[in-house]
Formats: sequence, C-alpha cells, structure tokens
Amino acid sequence: MKVHVDMSICLLHGQCVIAAPEIFSFDDAGGLVWVAEIDEVQAGDAEAASDACPEQAIVLG
Amino acid sequence: MGGPRITIVGASLAGLRTAEALMAELPGARVTLVGDEPHLPYNRPPLSKDGIEALAQGETPETEVFDKLVLRSKLAPGQVEMRLGTAATGIEGGDVRLADGTLIRSDWIVAATGIRPRRLALSGAMDRRHVLRSFDDARALAAGLRPGARLVVIGAGFIGCEIAATARKLGLHVTLIEPAPQPMLRALGARVAAAMAAFHRRHGVTVLTGRSLERIEADRVILDDGQAIEADLIVEALGSLPNTEWLAGSGADLGDGVLLDARLIAEGTENLLAVGDIARFANPLFDAVPRRVEHWCVPGQTAKRAAETIAARTRGEDPAPDFAPMPSFWSDQYGLRLQAFGAPTLAETQTVVEGDLSRIGAAPVIVEYARAGQLVGVIGLGANPATLARHRARLVAALAPSSPALSSNVTA
Ligand SMILES: Cc1cc2nc3c(=O)[nH]c(=O)nc-3n(C[C@H](O)[C@H](O)[C@H](O)COP(=O)(O)OP(=O)(O)OC[C@H]3O[C@@H](n4cnc5c(N)ncnc54)[C@H](O)[C@@H]3O)c2cc1C
Ligand code: SF4
Repeated sequence: MKVHVDMSICLLHGQCVIAAPEIFSFDDAGGLVWVAEIDEVQAGDAEAASDACPEQAIVLG
Repeated sequence: MGGPRITIVGASLAGLRTAEALMAELPGARVTLVGDEPHLPYNRPPLSKDGIEALAQGETPETEVFDKLVLRSKLAPGQVEMRLGTAATGIEGGDVRLADGTLIRSDWIVAATGIRPRRLALSGAMDRRHVLRSFDDARALAAGLRPGARLVVIGAGFIGCEIAATARKLGLHVTLIEPAPQPMLRALGARVAAAMAAFHRRHGVTVLTGRSLERIEADRVILDDGQAIEADLIVEALGSLPNTEWLAGSGADLGDGVLLDARLIAEGTENLLAVGDIARFANPLFDAVPRRVEHWCVPGQTAKRAAETIAARTRGEDPAPDFAPMPSFWSDQYGLRLQAFGAPTLAETQTVVEGDLSRIGAAPVIVEYARAGQLVGVIGLGANPATLARHRARLVAALAPSSPALSSNVTA
C-alpha cells in the first residue's frame, strides 16, 4: 500500500503520528515525514491515521 | 439469515465513523444511517475557520467549498442504507420512528445526534442573529461577514473566539462578550485564558468579560451595565444542548447527553448506544465521573468502541472491559495553533514549561496542567509538533494506570 500526504492541506495536527507512529513522525524541525510504501500488516494503522486526520490529508492507495 | 439490524441516527462524523467501523467488524450487519440534514456527512471545524472564510469571500463557488468539507468515506456505495433529510422522532418498542412515519426495525440503535447551539433567552433583531453548527448556519452567517461590518459575538468559548478571529481577518469590527472573567476559561484555566484575551485584543477585538446581555435592540445590543454596542450582526456562541429529545422513553438517563457504561451502552437500556458529542461516559484515564466531551477526536474513538461492543455481543462475547481514549483538541486563531491533549479542564494548577505567555503568537508556549499534583493535560500554543509529541508521550506515561492488567486496554 502507498501512503501519501497532501502537504498543501496538512496542518501538522500530528494526529497521524499518534495513530501510527511507525508510519508517520515529525523530524526535529517539526516537518512531517512518513513511510511511503507499507506492507499489509501496517495497512490497518495507516487507515486509522487517515481517519484521525482532521484535514483528510492522507491518501492511501 | 442476515446480520443484526443496526440503526444509526445522526449522519455526521460520529454516525459515519460508526457505520464504517461496524462494516469492518461485522460485514454482515444491516446498517441504516439516518440524518436530518439533507447533506452528505461533512466536517464541521472549518465552519468557524477557513471554510466560512471561503464562503464569505465568495470567490470559490459554494458547492466547491462544501465538497471540500464532505467526509471521505470508506463505505462502498449501497453498503449501508442512507436516509438523509429525515429526522428520527422517537423510539417505539425498540425500533426507530422517522418524521415521515417510517418505522425502522432495529436490533441495535446507535445515537449520534450531536448537539445544537443554545440560544439567548432574549427577543429582538432575529434577522441579524446567528448561531454556528451546520453548513447552512455558516452559509447564512457568511453572507453578513463583510469588511467594515460590526459583529458582536456573545460567548467566548472556542467557537466564539474562532469566529472573532476569522471576522477580524475579513476586516470586520468585532466585540466579544463573555459572562465569565476570561475567554475559554474552563478549557484553558485562568492564566492561559488571560493571555489569550490579551492576544485577541492585540488583534483588534474588543473583549468584554464579566458582562452579559441585557437587551437586543434594532441595531445595537445593551449590556448589563448599560453600555450600548452597535451591531450589524450578532453571533450567539453560548454553548450547546444535546439533541436527545427523540430518545425520551428509551429508558436512558438523558440528564446531559446519554449516560453510558464502559461499553457505550446507555444505562437503563439493553440495545441503545451513543457516540460522539452526546456520549457521556467515565474515562478511567482521569476518574470515574461520566462526562461529555465535545472534541473532534471523540466521534472516531467512540465509533470504534461502539462497533466493538455490538460485534462482540453478536458473537456472544463481551467487549474488553475498559475504554480509556486519550482526548485531544485543537483550535486555530489568527494563525496560532492551539493543541491540547488530556483533560486540562480538570486541572487546578498550570505550569508554563516552555516559552512565555505574554509572547503568545510570537514564540511557542507549552503549558502542563495538573490535578492534585498529577499531570492531566498539556496544551501547546504555536508549539513545534515534534516537541508537542514528546510532551504528549509524557502525559500518556503519567496517566497510565499502575496496574499492568489494566494498561493493556488503554488506547493511546
Ligand atoms: C464551528 C465548529 C468548529 C469546531 N472546531 C473544532 C476544532 O477546532 N477542534 C475540535 O476538536 N473540535 C471542533 N469542533 C467540534 C467537532 O466538530 C464535533 O465534536 C463533532 O462534529 C461531533 O460530531 P458528532 O457526529 O457527534 O455530532 P454532530 O457533528 O453535531 O452531528 C450530529 C448530526 O445529527 C443530526 N441530528 C440531530 N438530531 C437528529 C434527529 N433527531 N434525527 C436525525 N438526525 C439528527 C444533526 O443535524 C447532525 O447532522 C467544532 C464544531 C463546530 C460546530
Ligand atoms: S493528521 Fe493530517 S493534518 Fe495532521 S499532521 Fe497528519 S496528515 Fe497532517
């Protein structure tokens, strides 16, 4: 599964970092970084993160 | 033989997420989602922020603004039956009665009807008075948000403060009237609330605290001390009332929302659950007092829990005993992001652990909230997300029950 965050709408709420810390994290400058390609096992976490994002910025495919 | 018939009433964030969680947990469930608004389920937070700003500016077509608010759904078309534009009027013999007379047979009922704004008990100038909860409310208010107009906001909770900030950005004259000594006092505590009042004043808002409204006249409002304020537009942001009237006769305790046990089943009923803003339940992270929490995160958390309960019961099992979701909340005012975790509202002491409250908006501030010496919440104001994530982890550790048997069910 591919993970993409639309940075033009992401407001850095960090809800994704909380829901799926293995996939999303903040770098020291406070920027959002994520794992772009994940396996089946992590798909549930990615979906939880996508649901938790108040801006609906996370695109899974 | 089909799966259980589940009727969800309220087609917004909590109702939609419940339908999705149910279909994931119980693919055979027959779910009906009933909503009184004609719209597809949509996201409310932008209605006091960039969403209403876009409506007021009028450069983007209204339908385009709305399309951006529509909640993306994991449901396949036809996977649940949608009954939009129809209110539920009552529960009869365990089934749900709709305004059009239909009776929806239900093995389970999930109440997700949210809240509505409380109105001022004053008459006058009804054509210029607004509330803000729905897209239709936002559309009506946006039509009056014109540069130079005089806006009076009654009630300085989060929604009132956000409207004030958005209206300033749009070039209105704004007066914020709050009966309590500070804006957002209950949520933020005295020191942070006072700093936020100063922040609003620096942005040109007239903040009048400790004052209430005496009268509304044709083009002005009169305060309790006799002061008159010219008003082209009035927003009533005085808090909320739970939409639970349709549940009268269900046997549930409707004192403030719907009183629930840890499975989210309404006390006094067998098959009624509630989710989202109307759900009143105790959170063992803090104590045994049932509370309603009006945060965006709650619909998602309670939806999952409600689906777990119904799925477990359908399999003849019991759901995991504890439900302890970590609350979180955010607000945007003048480009400042306020981000809260835990329950700062329960604290009696606040400690600034980073930054300086007098410089809110200019430099990051992080405040810890404690009750009886125990950390119960943290708020960041313009804080770096990476730093805030570390503070949140500290909070999670502080709130974790000491018994390892319990901690396994804590949702972090
Ligand atoms: C302007 C605004 C700004 C916000 N900003 C933030 C923010 O920045 N951060 C944050 O954390 N939270 C924010 N919130 C709160 C957040 O949006 C709510 O917590 C969330 O919408 C609650 O979802 P819900 O589904 O429980 O209730 P609601 O979204 O209120 O949905 C309830 C639905 O049920 C319908 N309904 C009611 N009665 C009936 C009936 N009898 N039959 C059928 N349908 C019925 C209602 O019309 C509505 O569509 C904001 C809310 C508003 C209004
Ligand atoms: S939750 Fe959404 S808005 Fe927030 S940081 Fe993650 S992707 Fe961005």
